Amino acid sequence: MQAETQTQDELRDLYRDLILDHARNPRNFGKLDDATDSAEGINPLCGDKLKMYFQVDADNQITNAKFEGSGCAISVASASLLTETVVGMSTQDALDYFSAIVALLNGGSATSEAKIDLGRLTALRGVREFPSRVKCATLAWQALNSAIQKESTPASTE
Amino acid sequence: MNDPGNKVAHLSETDDISNRRADFPALQQQVNDHPLVYLDSAASSQQPAVVIDTVADYQRHDHANVHRGVHTLSHRATEAYEGARDDIVTFINASNRHEVIFTSGTTEAVNLVAQSFCRPRLAPGDKILLTQLEHHSNIVPWQLVCEQTGAELLVAPIDDSGQVDIDELMRQLHSGVKMLALAHVSNALGSINPVKSVVEKAHSLDIPVLLDGAQATPHMAVDVQDINCDFYAFSGHKMFGPTGTGVLYGKENLLETMPPYQGGGDMILEVAFDKTVYNDLPYKFEAGTPNISGMIGLGAAVRYLQAIGMERVAAYEHRLLEYMTRQLAAVDGIRLIGTADSKASVQSFLLDDIHPHDLGTILDHQGVAIRTGHHCAMPVMEYFGIPGTARASLGLYNSEDDIDRLVAALATARKLFA
Repeated sequence: MQAETQTQDELRDLYRDLILDHARNPRNFGKLDDATDSAEGINPLCGDKLKMYFQVDADNQITNAKFEGSGCAISVASASLLTETVVGMSTQDALDYFSAIVALLNGGSATSEAKIDLGRLTALRGVREFPSRVKCATLAWQALNSAIQKESTPASTE
Repeated sequence: MNDPGNKVAHLSETDDISNRRADFPALQQQVNDHPLVYLDSAASSQQPAVVIDTVADYQRHDHANVHRGVHTLSHRATEAYEGARDDIVTFINASNRHEVIFTSGTTEAVNLVAQSFCRPRLAPGDKILLTQLEHHSNIVPWQLVCEQTGAELLVAPIDDSGQVDIDELMRQLHSGVKMLALAHVSNALGSINPVKSVVEKAHSLDIPVLLDGAQATPHMAVDVQDINCDFYAFSGHKMFGPTGTGVLYGKENLLETMPPYQGGGDMILEVAFDKTVYNDLPYKFEAGTPNISGMIGLGAAVRYLQAIGMERVAAYEHRLLEYMTRQLAAVDGIRLIGTADSKASVQSFLLDDIHPHDLGTILDHQGVAIRTGHHCAMPVMEYFGIPGTARASLGLYNSEDDIDRLVAALATARKLFA
């Protein structure tokens, strides 16, 4: 049974309590009517579809963030954590987080992670052992990038 | 022949073919520290050693271009390639080898019929009838030809069990319909359509019928003359052959009337700038150097299946699917999607509120390979109001042990998400 325990421990590393909590009870879920920036994120592989909304003030500070859509536990939890993380940040800081997250989940070097303290977002780190799921974890962040950079086409993981 | 259930009673326990797993090298491995349980044959099946070896032997010893050279290797390659065609003629009981056209897969076969058969015959307002069950490859080629001609799609609905509403389909068959295209077996739900009676009704109104047989040929005996369909399309890689191989069966009198689908070498008899004379069937539809090794591999797969006997395969898988359905139905929190009376190979399901994609990862980590998502059948998912399903699909190499492993892995998923 040791192998079974190990299997379950590895899965638990992906589906941590924080991830499951945010997947089941996503924070800031819904449409943001007075959004200044928004973008869709689509993962055609599994059908995840998220829409991210941001309110950015004249000083390029993110003052509110919400999301809606459907997806797997990883993509929904990641989007939920994103909305909690970026409010109060400048758009540039949020883009730096985007780069750091993508680097972390794609097995980036320690130096790029060290520059930014990702705090609770490191709960997503377990995804690194599941390469087919990295795109789920980065989807919301890709959409944030598109929204802030004002790209007109939906962010796609493909 | 479309109801494997009838066959079960006539077969004894000696027809158990569960030892076939040993024929498949890919199934002899550990995945994520567990012995592999492969339940994704509806997406693509594994290949028996005899197919792998046949392709390798051909590549090592006999490869040359076909239908061209006078030298020995070209002769051997042509013999083997055309031998595969003869194998397929027998396998589906076509009336002759002119009716078996080699394609890259079901998708190309359907596109060929849409463009070469339908496009010249369609006028604005004409109808093409499909069903809500169809795989995208039996939807999009028809949408394209509709855009090109002004014809329109009609869609026969399904019911809550995932069965086509045959009464409604029959009602939708009327004189404005110029083509009926439907799956023999649904890839997302496993529902078997009563194709013989549907063809009979369509023919009574002079409506030609194409059947998408991709999910039928690996699981049951198919007799195109008995079904009497006009076209039958299927893929090699879902029936233990290589990828990039497929077949379009068509009735010879219809194929004769159709212009070539693609131009190139091998599909001509004589080329001059003022006039090109097309080759005879089936070569008229096989432009360019074909997938020689792939089709030779498919021939080996067909011989492998014939040696076992498709009726035994159908009977064995029927019992196995019944077992899988029973075991899955007993899992707490499960919702079975696709519960038609007549089914083959496939069970789609949802577990609690766990997204199928998460389920796929959790099962894979326990060595159990299933497919998750919309299965290239988005209209089916739309009907059930779900983004996708988890789908376990069987091949002749699966066993009850595989299904027990699936059920145990689902229990782990529930525990994890509790």
